[in-house]
This record gives sequence, structure tokens and C-alpha cells, in this order.
Amino acid sequence: MDPKTLLQNFVNGLSLGSLYALIAIGYTMVYGILRLINFAHGDIFMMAVYFAFFLVTLASLPWYFAAILAIAGAAILGFSVDRVAYKPIRKAPRISALITAIGVSFFLESLAVVVFSGIPRSFRTIFPQFLNEMIILGGQVETRYGREVIVGGIRFPIISIITLVITAIALVFLWWFIYRTKIGMAMRAVSVDIPTTSLMGVNVDRVIGITFALGSALAGIGGILWAIRYPQVWPYMGFIPGMKAFVAAVFGGIGSIPGAVLGGLILGITEIMMVGLLPGAAGYRDAFAFFILIIILSVKPSGLMGKPDIVKV
Amino acid sequence: MRKLVLIVLVVILSISTFSSIKVGAILPMTGGVAAFGQMIWQGVALAHELFPQVLGQDIEIVLLDNNSDKVQAVNTARRAIEQEKVVAIIGQVISSNTIAGGAVAEENGVAMVSPSSTNPLVTQNRKYVSRVCFSDPFQGVAAALLAFNNMGASNVAVFVDVEQDYAVGFANFFRDTARELGGNVFYEYYKSGDQDFTAQVSDAMSKNADAFFIPGYYQEIALIAIQARQLGFYDPIISGDGAAVPETIEIGGEAVNGLYFTTHYDPGSPAVTENAKLFVQAYTEKFGEAPGTFTALGFDTYLVIRDAIERAGSTDREAIAQAVRQTKDFPAVTGIITINENGDAIKSVAIVKIEDGKFVYDTTINP
Repeated sequence: MDPKTLLQNFVNGLSLGSLYALIAIGYTMVYGILRLINFAHGDIFMMAVYFAFFLVTLASLPWYFAAILAIAGAAILGFSVDRVAYKPIRKAPRISALITAIGVSFFLESLAVVVFSGIPRSFRTIFPQFLNEMIILGGQVETRYGREVIVGGIRFPIISIITLVITAIALVFLWWFIYRTKIGMAMRAVSVDIPTTSLMGVNVDRVIGITFALGSALAGIGGILWAIRYPQVWPYMGFIPGMKAFVAAVFGGIGSIPGAVLGGLILGITEIMMVGLLPGAAGYRDAFAFFILIIILSVKPSGLMGKPDIVKV
Repeated sequence: MRKLVLIVLVVILSISTFSSIKVGAILPMTGGVAAFGQMIWQGVALAHELFPQVLGQDIEIVLLDNNSDKVQAVNTARRAIEQEKVVAIIGQVISSNTIAGGAVAEENGVAMVSPSSTNPLVTQNRKYVSRVCFSDPFQGVAAALLAFNNMGASNVAVFVDVEQDYAVGFANFFRDTARELGGNVFYEYYKSGDQDFTAQVSDAMSKNADAFFIPGYYQEIALIAIQARQLGFYDPIISGDGAAVPETIEIGGEAVNGLYFTTHYDPGSPAVTENAKLFVQAYTEKFGEAPGTFTALGFDTYLVIRDAIERAGSTDREAIAQAVRQTKDFPAVTGIITINENGDAIKSVAIVKIEDGKFVYDTTINP
């Protein structure tokens, strides 16, 4: 790889990693508070994109309004999923909740196939085109095929810069929300001991509901940004991003929000670099992500920034 | 009274089951390549509407969705044959599905006629699986001629979907012809469902590719085209029949303008048969727009099976399967179809390009 391609691939990786990071934040937050791996996270991501798509195409709302409503829709969906699927089994063993989460994931995917049909749709014209323009550093102007274009240079999509900024805002907001508000304090209490928190007069179900709503809203934001970058919508679009975000969250230390961001960025960059260095193995890039997961789980099970579990004897 | 109703119902049911001939249609109505399935189904349904009967009985089409998936391709083939008791099958659509589902048709001795699977393995060593389209050894030659002779490329990056038999086969046939023409070819790999191709595009650009060839399906073709243009690749992008659906344009937008691809048929190509005129007229009347390639192939597949049932003179599966293989000079929409001893149809390749968000017929390459 020549230096220019290396730099371009680093930028490509950062662009992909920023999306993983944003999705991983919601994943890890729900886990950090409830100790539940919410496998339906990727499907709420998908639902939010469909909401935005139909709010623009059918209800002809302006794109910013549609985005806000779609994110709110994702939050409500996350809240309802908790009420319908997870709340009744709150006291059951953790494995039941995990399996329920997988069930919810399948349910949402199938529901999307039935309601929205299984054909991929184009998300290209939903949001303004300038978001997908590139910022070009370097390069020179040349005439190709009868028009002036910039050849060469390092290119970075505007949407990826927006994604990085939103990820940073989400990071700061969550820190403030969890450590500086009353409901955040209740969340931290729930993460330690649910029965005792309940005895202290905290409405545990409400706290958990808010956790889900917040995590799902983050999934919704991630989904819309993802669909602007990769402009197609279909019912299984959330599966692989959800899995990658899960790997990113575990990599960073599941439950740790800064860890999820770090994990997402590193995963995105290593994935792109791996394809760049070994173009022949590009078909195995997803397998590579899971290979990283296995290595981490065996070498450092608590992840980069996770707290090791203290086993009391 | 209730008993009487029940008896009447049973009689009606048995009459309706005995008086119609069941033909299966196994198509990807959902999943990654659903656009192909939807278009082919339109064509099958239109042909069924125009020619609903054979041997004086109604034809009933049993539509089964294989979710664009290899495992479901096998399951739906079993269901069509064992439960629905179809006499022949229209399908399947993409090569990897027809290879998987074709094994079931083969072991049960039921004719399966694919509208669009172009990989040679689809009909290789099969007596019951046939197709009404050309196969990739020829499409590969046509695409390579297009790239190296017509477009003047000399160093082509080929994007290969490692999960699809179609893409791997098509890429290899393209490479073989490229070598004969003295051109250079190198591969970049991806798999169905991938969204990010920036690393592959950057790699291809660093190796000074002067054209991209993408022998895959429309979702990835559109995304690769978008990301190639974003990363500053302005040279030609060429593709195969996997691009011949409106979704390529809807998803790709500006980025796919100037894309050339090889395909089976274009409504803009000169009509060779009465059926072609009838098809374009009936479709335009019904949907108010010009039909697409895969719709035409669906229409043709139905007609070929109907013709085979007629010539077999019975609903016996074996007789129909043999009649399919004996199809000769059938005047279909996409050309004159003769199915040879391998189960393949020898047909010409149309070259179509995308201009201002529309498919524009360019030329035809004959075998």
C-alpha cells in the first residue's frame, strides 16, 4: 500500500468506524445498566430508517422533521419492546432475557418484511445530497470525459464528519445524563442491585424503560446516518451493523461507553486496513470481526476499558 | 344441512383441484435479490393472464418465495414437488439458488426452467433443469469485448462477489477472454450484503485500474458505483445482467450514469417475434411504462413451459420434462428459443447503458 492509499484507507476506516461507534454506544449502555445484550438493537436501527423513509416519501415531511420523528419512533419502539417482551421476564434467569432478545430481533425483521415488503428501497433522495459530498484534500483539477473533476487527493464524506460530531455529543450527553441527573443516578443504582433500588422507592420499570428508549434513540440516529452513507433500506439491514456494534462494544469493554466508541473506531479501521492489506481475503471481513471478538474474549475478557468482574468468595 | 354443505364443498374442491394444472414458480420475492423475483413474477403473471389455459384446462401458478436464500431454495423446491404436486417449475432466479434447488428437481424428475440463471453449473449434468437465457461463458465474452474493444480499457479491476456462483463464474469467463484480447485483469473481492467497498475501490485505484467490471447484483453494483465516484474514480464501470433492474438507478442515482451492462433483452431492441410485440403492448397498456429485462424472461419461461405441456399432451411430469428439452425455434419475447441437449438456450446479448437515469439500448452481440 502506498502512503496515499494508506492514508485514504485510514480515513475510510474512520468513516466506517464512526458509524459502528455510534451504534455501539446504545448497545453498551443498555448492557451496562441491565446486563442484557439487546440483540434487537440492530432491528430498531432498521425500523428507524424505515420510519424516516416513509415519513419523507408518504407523509412528505421535510427531512429534518422526519429524522426527529423517526428517532422518537425508535425510542417509543424500544420502550414498547421492553414493556411487552422483557418486563414480564425481569425476574427470570438472564439467559431467558437473552433468548427473548433474539426472538424480538427475528420478530421485528419478519414484521418489516410483511409490512414494508422485502424489496430494498433507495434512501438516496430522502436526505439532501450535499451530505454525501466529499471533502477533498489535495489532488489536482483535470478534464476527464468532457468535464472538470478533481483527480487524486484524500477524500472524506461530509456525513462521516457529522457522524463523528454526533458521536462525541452523544458521549458527553450520556456522561452528563448518567452521572449528573437524578434519573441517571437511578440507572446506576439499577445496574448494581434491582431489588434494593426498588426498596429505596425508585420506580425500577420506569428507569429501565427510559434506558431502553434512550438506547433505541441512539440506534435510530445511527440507522439514519448509516442509510445516508449507504443509501439503501431493507429489512435485514440492521443485522450486520448490529453484530459489528456488538463486537465493538465487547472490544471496548461491554458496559463502558467511551470503550464502545474506541472499540467502534478501532474495529472500523482494522476492518478496512485488513481489506486494504489483503485484498484477496476481503470476502472474509465479517469473519475477521468475529475473529477479533474471539481473541479479545480469550485474552482480555473485560475489553479495553471494561471493569473486570470481581468474584466474591 | 351442514353435511350437505360439506359434501358440496368437497365436490367443488375436488373439481377445482382436478381441473387445473399446477405449475410452480419459485422466485426470490424477498431478500437481497427481490427485485429480480418481483419483475419475473410480473412477467409470469402477465403471460398467465394472456394465455391462462393449456390442454383445455386452467393453469394454476403456485408462487413460492425462496427469500433469495440457498437453503430456502431447496426447501421451496421440495414443497412445490411434494406438497403442491406441481407438474413443472418456473425458477429459480439467481444461479446459486437454481443450483441448490435444481438438485431437488433432478432427483424427483420434475422440469425446472430458469428464466435467468446464467452460470454453466445450473444445467451441467442435469436432465431436468433448463434455462431460457444465455449462459455466462458467452456473456463473459460479450462483456470483455465491450470493456477492451468498445470502451478501450486495458487494466480492469473485477469486483467478485465470493458468495455468488454467478459472479465467480462470470468473472472467470471475462478474465479468460480478456487474456485472449491481451488485456490485464485483477480481482477485488466482496460478498453479498456488504455495504462498504471503500477499501476495495481505493486498492483498485492504487493499482491504476482504467475500468471497473462488476459481475454481481444490483444492490452492490449501485453501492460500488457510488463509492467509486465519491473516491474519484471517473473511468467506465461495466456490469452484467445483474444490473438490469430499476433499483440500480434508484439506489445508484447520478453515480450509475454512464454504466454499461450486458443483458438479455431491452424493450428498445428490435422486436424479432410476434410475442415480443404482444408483450410490450400488453405490458405498456397495463403498467403505463416500458417493461424490463427480467419481466420479459418471466413471460418467456411461462410460455416455454406452457408450450411443453401442450406438446407433451399430458400432465405427466416426465413427458413435460422431455418436451421442455425438445423446445425448438420457439418465438419468445427475448429471441427465438431452442433448448439444446445441455438444457441451455443460445441467444444474443444486448448491451444497454444508463443515460440520465434511464436504460438506453446500445447494440446486440450475436453468438
